[in-house]
Amino acid sequence: METLTAIQKQYLEQPKERISGSEAIVRCLLAEGVDILYGYPGGAIMPVYDELYKYEDKINHVLTRHEQCAAHAAQGYARISGKVGVAMATSGPGATNLVTGIADAQIDSTPIVCITGQVPSHLLGSDAFQETDIVGISTPVTKWNHQVTKASQIPEIIARAFYIAKSGRPGPVLIDITKDAQFEEFDFQYKKCTGVRSYVPVPKTDDSSVTAAAELINSAKKPLIIWGQGIILSKAELELKALVEKAGIPAAWTIMGASALPTSHPLNIGMVGMHGNYAPNVLTNDCDVLIAIGMRFDDRVTGKLDEYATQAKIVHFEIDPAEVDKNIQTDVAVLGDAKQSLLQLLPQINTNSHPEWLQRFKDLYEIEYDKVIKNDLHPTKEGLTMGEVLKEINIQTKGEAAIVSDVGQHQMIACRYADFNVTKSNITSGGLGTMGFALPAAIGAKMAAPEREVVAVIGDGGYQMTIQELGTIFQNKVPVKIVVLNNEFLGMVRQWQQLFFEKRYASTEMVNPNFVAIAQGYYIEAKKVTKREDLASAVKEMIDSDAPYFLEVCVEKEGNVFPMVPSGASVSDIRLE
Amino acid sequence: MTTEKQLYTVSVYTENNIGLLNRISAIFQRRHINIESLNISVSEIEGVSRFTILINMSEDQIKKIIGQIEKQVEVIKAYYHTDDDTIYQESCLFKIKSDLLFEERQIQNIIKESNAHIVTVNKEFFVLEKSGRRAELETLHKALSVFGIMQFVRSARIAVTKDELKISEMLNAFKN
Repeated sequence: METLTAIQKQYLEQPKERISGSEAIVRCLLAEGVDILYGYPGGAIMPVYDELYKYEDKINHVLTRHEQCAAHAAQGYARISGKVGVAMATSGPGATNLVTGIADAQIDSTPIVCITGQVPSHLLGSDAFQETDIVGISTPVTKWNHQVTKASQIPEIIARAFYIAKSGRPGPVLIDITKDAQFEEFDFQYKKCTGVRSYVPVPKTDDSSVTAAAELINSAKKPLIIWGQGIILSKAELELKALVEKAGIPAAWTIMGASALPTSHPLNIGMVGMHGNYAPNVLTNDCDVLIAIGMRFDDRVTGKLDEYATQAKIVHFEIDPAEVDKNIQTDVAVLGDAKQSLLQLLPQINTNSHPEWLQRFKDLYEIEYDKVIKNDLHPTKEGLTMGEVLKEINIQTKGEAAIVSDVGQHQMIACRYADFNVTKSNITSGGLGTMGFALPAAIGAKMAAPEREVVAVIGDGGYQMTIQELGTIFQNKVPVKIVVLNNEFLGMVRQWQQLFFEKRYASTEMVNPNFVAIAQGYYIEAKKVTKREDLASAVKEMIDSDAPYFLEVCVEKEGNVFPMVPSGASVSDIRLE
Repeated sequence: MTTEKQLYTVSVYTENNIGLLNRISAIFQRRHINIESLNISVSEIEGVSRFTILINMSEDQIKKIIGQIEKQVEVIKAYYHTDDDTIYQESCLFKIKSDLLFEERQIQNIIKESNAHIVTVNKEFFVLEKSGRRAELETLHKALSVFGIMQFVRSARIAVTKDELKISEMLNAFKN
């Protein structure tokens, strides 16, 4: 059970009081424990902003510079804290600008609640100024959405929104509220939602499926665990560690699962997928039992489906029944919450170790080290690599920073080389691959966890998609550290052009502005590094700073990310060069 | 699991909510699945709607679709059935010139033999209604079309299952 704050108690289940719909919205948020929300005002949401002004001592509304970034900031907030992030926007363009963030939260199972203003109900469907059918538009990318046209519906619908966003497999919820409902007065009272009759957030775990899973795991000679974000979402980090150690099973992670088990753990054998590590990809097609926990066999993980782990028995621990047998046919599916399922499984697991099998991962790691890692982390060539920047960040932050990455080459390098010694430390746009995600998400993450070091690692392309959020960082004094790895290319697309389109670099070369001057224009301390000998001190200076800090590192222009599973290839056909 | 395509009747019990049709149809649209017919009506339970969707696909596909439908928050339960598992019907209306009813003796025989019934007759036209299996409706349509049909419309399939669907139990379980 969550513990309620004093403010929450002040607004939960109080005697009825006649207030406006807009004041009710703010009180609902307070009752749900919202301390920060991100948004942008406009005509159809103005009554709510008027109330936020009155309640500003209790709730901090952060003005982003674009609504998309309000959604991403809410995502960053949710990903690092496990709490529901909140974004607010006006009708029409305000609402449509949220959609990218909502879609990102949907595919990455991030709990956010978006509240949008809407034209007065008598104008609905009349093509009024800034009217858009945001409920229709957001339907395919929300876990749930709803339009409110009467003030009296507000408490129940908002309670339901928070419940649905957070429970089961989390996701985004959008609530659209007409302006007349915001003005209307009614007798307000707030009760938390505890259930929706048509909705089963966590399916019942079948005891016999747990036993069957335990039998397969105990009998395995070459078992492999692949865990995903489900571990983090269900707070099952310790249970995963216990399973891995008790059964002595090498464990790999999907990009969304990163940081649930520390990088330094001897049984953590790295990342699976397109740019994952060599050993877990190759040996996916050699293991005898594949234990998937809280992951969904995304195509970037599996490569060619009909050549994926065909030799193995598949055990799938999963909260969402629709994910079972969706891409990979399972032998044993254990439905339910990962933490509860693992707790049930652990006593049935025999203490074991697989030294010879583990050695094969170590041998393949040596190959990857020689061919790839050595050159990424300890380059002998002149140009700086992205990998060595990550290595410096690891040193300066002791591997305890939350790394917020954008999308592309730098993202893959960040996920491959960052030391993740603390859970909830890899905040990135996994499923949707949203360039521009990192800077606003870092704002949300830092504000939700001010005690943590938050380092945004961004490419020069993605950075310019949401660069205006430097304004939000400056105005709110959010001490995020921003590292732009500048190769003057849209690097990942350029890499594909090099490998698969005979180096026809169509629209991937970037002529960039003076990034340092731009940061300084927002009064953010900024530095540019072009030489290896300046890198360590610059990263140290950045981490030592208590203020927001911008560091541009000019890296090798045509560096590639390897290993790589080319699209359409089998995971065991992963290329090292 | 079978990958052979066949007709399935999907029955979906849902909360009665604006927007749910959009949510459910999007599931089919995204995957380029053609809906053969779609009917939404009240169900045996007050406040609960029932979608009846007819689709031609393989069983392994339909299982995934059912998973996606049930994942929607306001869907209570979704089922798929083959024709053998259900009692199903469609109905149709024919609008035909009244003159023909008196001039063409054959039409009266067709009406009698097909168990169709006349809904209304006036000076200009009469309306014929027929419920049954698709093939019966098509046979009637073919027989009448030689005389000329002013308007024709056929409904979606509606179906009840031979086996019990324990929706009420599920909803009662939530209350307790």
